[in-house]
Amino acid sequence: MPSDSLSPRSHQTAPADKFVVRGLSFYYGRFQALRGINLAIRERQITALIGPSGCGKTTFLRALNRMNDVIDGARTEGAVLLDSEDIYQPHVDVVALRRRVGMVFQRPNPFPMSVFDNIAFGPRIHGLARGDELDALVERSLRRAALWEEVKDKLRDSALSLSGGQQQRLCIARLLAVDPDVVLMDEPCSALDPISTLRIEELMDELRESYTIVIVTHNMQQAARVSRETGFFLGGELIEFGPSERIFTHPRDRRTEAYITGRFG
Amino acid sequence: MTSPLARHRPLPRRTRRLLANGLMWAGTTLCAAAALVPLGFLLYYVAAQGLPAINLAFFTHLPAPVGEPGGGMANAIVGTLILIGLASLLGLPVGILGGIYLAEFGGNRLGGAIRFSADVLSGVPSIVIGIFVYALVVVPMHRFSALAGGVALGIMMIPTVMRTSEELIRLVPTSLREAALALGATHPRTVFKVVLLAARAGVITGVLLAIARIAGETAPLLFTAFGSGLWSTQLDQPIASLPVQVFTYAISPYQDWQAQAWAGALVLVTIVLILSAAARYATRGRMRTVI
Repeated sequence: MPSDSLSPRSHQTAPADKFVVRGLSFYYGRFQALRGINLAIRERQITALIGPSGCGKTTFLRALNRMNDVIDGARTEGAVLLDSEDIYQPHVDVVALRRRVGMVFQRPNPFPMSVFDNIAFGPRIHGLARGDELDALVERSLRRAALWEEVKDKLRDSALSLSGGQQQRLCIARLLAVDPDVVLMDEPCSALDPISTLRIEELMDELRESYTIVIVTHNMQQAARVSRETGFFLGGELIEFGPSERIFTHPRDRRTEAYITGRFG
Repeated sequence: MTSPLARHRPLPRRTRRLLANGLMWAGTTLCAAAALVPLGFLLYYVAAQGLPAINLAFFTHLPAPVGEPGGGMANAIVGTLILIGLASLLGLPVGILGGIYLAEFGGNRLGGAIRFSADVLSGVPSIVIGIFVYALVVVPMHRFSALAGGVALGIMMIPTVMRTSEELIRLVPTSLREAALALGATHPRTVFKVVLLAARAGVITGVLLAIARIAGETAPLLFTAFGSGLWSTQLDQPIASLPVQVFTYAISPYQDWQAQAWAGALVLVTIVLILSAAARYATRGRMRTVI
C-alpha cells in the first residue's frame, strides 16, 4: 500500500516539524480561499486553527490530506511538506497519503453498517488484519477512542444507533484503526453536547502523545484548553501563529485580539 | 392591549380556520382514498374472476388442447420467471453501473447525453422495443427465442434502473464519501463499499419496481419470445410467458380459456405484489440507510 515516496511512519528521531507549509494558495474556481500560507506544524502536539466562518481554516485543514482534490475547479499552489516530502508532487499517491493523514469531520459520519464493520473498514481495505487479529485491532481502536466499554455488547448493531457523541468517537476509532500519523479534526465537537465535547477533548489529550493533531474549532476556549499552538486565520490569510498561551493572552496582531475578545467574527 | 380584531369577532375567525382545516383534511383524505379505489376494485375483480380457475393443476400442468378441460399455465409461469431472469442479467448490470457512472462522473456532456437517451428510452412504446429486438436478435437467429424476449425486457429495465440508481447514489451525503476517502479508500472502493451500501435500499427498490413493471409486459414479447404451448426452458427456443398466455386466452372464444386467462392475470398480479412487498422488506430494519 505505501508508495515509495510516502513510506509509513518514519523512525528517524523526531524532526520537530510534521508539516511545513510554504506559500500555500487555494482557489475555488476564481475565488481565492487561501493566500500564501506559511506555517509549520509540530509533531505530536495539538495545533488549533481558529478564525471566523469563511476564513479558510477548514480549506487549509483539507489541504493537508488533499481532500480538496475532490472539489471540481479547485486549484492549489505552493507546497505542503509532510516529513519533508511535498504532498502536492504529481507522483504522490493520494490514497497512501490519506491513510497517513486521517480526518475527523464536523458531523459524525459513520458508515451505515455495524459498529464492528465501521472500525474494520480501514483495516480491511488496506489488508492490515483479518480474523482474530482484526477482532483485536477493532477492540484496541475502540479502547483508544474510549468507546469500548459502551459498545462492546453492540458491535453488531448499526453504528447509526449510537448517540452523536458516541458516533464521533466511533469515527475517531475508525481512523485510529488504520494507524495514521496525523489526525485532522474539522470542528469535531460542533455537533455535540458539552459532555460529549468534554469526552472528545479528553480523548484528544490522550492521543496527543502518539499523533500529530490539527484541529479547526470555532470554540476559542476549546482551542485554548487543548492546543499547544494556535493559528488565527482571516480572509484566507494566516494572521498570527504561535503558542496558544501567548495567542490567547498577548496576541500581537490587533485583528487577533479583536477576534479572541469577541469584537468580530 | 387588546387587538381590535380580537374584540370585534374573535369567534368567527377561529371557526373559519377550523372549518377550512376540516374541509382541507376531508378533501385530501378523499383524494388519497380515491387513488386507492381503482387498485382495490382491480384486485377484487381479478381475484373474484381468477380464483375459481385456480387449482393445483394450473401451476403444474401444461395448457390443455382446445376442448379438453383442465390444463394449466405451468410453462408460462416458469417462462415468465426465466424471462425476468434473462432481463435482469442484461438490465441490472447495465442499469446499476450506468447509474453509478452518471452519479459519479456524469457531470460532463457524455453524462448529459446518456441521461437524455435513458429518458427517451423509457418513453419508447414497448412494442417498438419489441420490433427493434426482432430486427436485432430474432432475424439473425431465424427464430423467436427466450433470449430475444429477455433482451427486449432487459432493454426496458435499463432506463428505470439507471435513473433511480443515479438519483439514490446522488442522495448519499458527501460526508460519507469523504469519510471513506479520508481513510485512504480508493474511489472505486468508496463507491462500491460505502456509497452503494448507503444507497442499497433505494437501488433494490428501483430494481424490484423495474422487474415488477416488465413482468407484465406483453407487447415486446409478441415477436421476440413469441409464446409456446409446450415446456420450453431452452433459451434459443420460443418460450411461454404469463402476459402473452393471458392475452392469447383472453381473446379466444373458449370459456374455459377465458377463465384461465383471469387466473393467469391473478398470478401475474400476485407476482407483482410479492415483488413490491419484497421491495418493502428489503428496506426494513435497524440497519437503516441515510436516505
